[in-house]
Amino acid sequence: MWKSVVRRCLLMIPQLIALSILVFVIAKMMPGDPFTGMITPETDPERIEELKEELGLNDPLPVQYVRWVKNALHGDFGVSYTFQRDVASLIGERALNTFWLSFVSVILLYIIAIPLGILAGRYQQSKLDKSIVFYSFITYAIPTFVLSLLFLYIFGYKLQWFPTSGSVDIGYERGTIQYIWNKFYHILLPAITYAILGTTGVIQYLRSEIIDAKMMDYVRTARSKGVPMKKIYSKHILRNSFIPIAAFLGFTITGLLGGSIFIETIFGYPGMGQLFITSIASRDYSVITALVMLYGFLTLVGSLLSDIILSIVDPRIRIE
Amino acid sequence: MSFKKKKRYRKRRARGVQVVFREFQKDKLALASLFFLIVIIAFVFIASLFIDQESLMRINLYDRYSAPGEKYLLGADQGGKDILGQLIIGARNSILIAFAITVITGFIGIVVGLICGYFGGWVDNLIMRFIDFFVTIPSLMLIIVFVTLVPKYTVMSFILIMSAFLWTGTARLVRSKALSESRRDYVSASKTLGTSDFVIIRREVAPNLSSLLIVELTLNFAGNVGIETGLSYLGFGLPPSTPSLGTLVSYANNPLVLQEYWWVWLPASLFILFMMLAINYIGQALRRSADVKQRLG
Repeated sequence: MWKSVVRRCLLMIPQLIALSILVFVIAKMMPGDPFTGMITPETDPERIEELKEELGLNDPLPVQYVRWVKNALHGDFGVSYTFQRDVASLIGERALNTFWLSFVSVILLYIIAIPLGILAGRYQQSKLDKSIVFYSFITYAIPTFVLSLLFLYIFGYKLQWFPTSGSVDIGYERGTIQYIWNKFYHILLPAITYAILGTTGVIQYLRSEIIDAKMMDYVRTARSKGVPMKKIYSKHILRNSFIPIAAFLGFTITGLLGGSIFIETIFGYPGMGQLFITSIASRDYSVITALVMLYGFLTLVGSLLSDIILSIVDPRIRIE
Repeated sequence: MSFKKKKRYRKRRARGVQVVFREFQKDKLALASLFFLIVIIAFVFIASLFIDQESLMRINLYDRYSAPGEKYLLGADQGGKDILGQLIIGARNSILIAFAITVITGFIGIVVGLICGYFGGWVDNLIMRFIDFFVTIPSLMLIIVFVTLVPKYTVMSFILIMSAFLWTGTARLVRSKALSESRRDYVSASKTLGTSDFVIIRREVAPNLSSLLIVELTLNFAGNVGIETGLSYLGFGLPPSTPSLGTLVSYANNPLVLQEYWWVWLPASLFILFMMLAINYIGQALRRSADVKQRLG
């Protein structure tokens, strides 16, 4: 099995290289250079040339690319000129916020989706099943930003159950229980929105898995042995049906990343997605390139994770 | 006698359109969705003919945020512009652009998918590696980056950027179907008879994928409406001179508008919501009618 995991990891390398070349080309296409904001009309043109030479901007592109990759591997993505600070530390801070949001979202997602999927599969074709299928259809069809706005309007402004922006209120000391609770409180509404939007896939998978499992020989055997239906569901069917759900985790992460751009912008949550939009608006190119690279990398890790989990639980699909 | 029987059999056999029709007859909600969609699209396109876009976009500060009433059926926005008129023009633009993207991505996806699936071999390998790479990149972000990088940004460049990133899903699906289809006996038989590859693909394989493609394109259309309005909402979609449904919704980014002036953004949001539900529901009904096992009718 380890062989398969290593092989899958090796397959990621060419994809990473291709991604980095793409991001590098985009970075080169962007107007402006690392001195934007440092140069005034009084700056001597010779001095600019000197700086360019110093930073190696006159080198051939492949040389620049290799240097860029080397720097990126050391975590050096340059300096953000709007924030006037190191891109890596800036993103690191936001990444932590995005991580917590995604973490709470994934947990809520499974809390909502697993019972619904099980009920729908178990009571197939009942009224309950039909309403669950209809629910998952609606969450599939509704665009992220529309649902987020409606939730923000209803639960944030009209009912005032949740805060409407930010990740934590001012005036709480770091590390105290109140601080953590306040942070969690801010995460909750965007996380619920995320979770609801993500449930479709899990519900549909679980439902069809359970429906398929009902027809399997091992279920018939268990029934003829006299095992009560309740026990067959909890002991026999569920264990088998959870396999694809486990594998779904990687894709869920990928989906969350795409949605984070909308959700964080709408809920004013200072994560990576919001940082991306503000950087685009202020043309902060070093931050943009770093974020595109990071998102691409995380997407690759997500699909890697899914493949690895799948190869652990289902030996038939290991890469040879 | 036997001839008569055959005739009766033919009459009873459901043809493609009839199958779809029967499916919609059985599922009243799908029929309602179809009806709803036809009515709103017809309304939007006919009404947009009577709207003068220049006078619509003229700023009139006296009517700033005027509430829904006699003068403006759905109120006015920050610049005193009629919301209903913007909604109609925006909906028309959004629908047309999503349609254009669906046609372009559909065409590229079908051609690439058919070539990959039918020929296989190194062509397939090469293109599939390329598509695999496309799937792993954060396409939403890259679309936004390219939108900001293009120097002379127009509706056309937006359509092309979107299409460049969104054709891979269709290509994958068509390829997998074409792959299994082109291993069938009828294709081998046709090859033995000396039919050229182009004719086999065009006249024999492609028609067998048509039901699948109709479903795929319908769902793609819904997806494209979602992505276009979403990007316009963020401010990276249609250029400001071309209103979209997403532009109207984006007024809600101002918390004051979101709270106090619901008529500015809520109608457009609900319009998007119901349109998406209707198109997706129709797509599902079509999918059921394309699959014998799932049919209701």
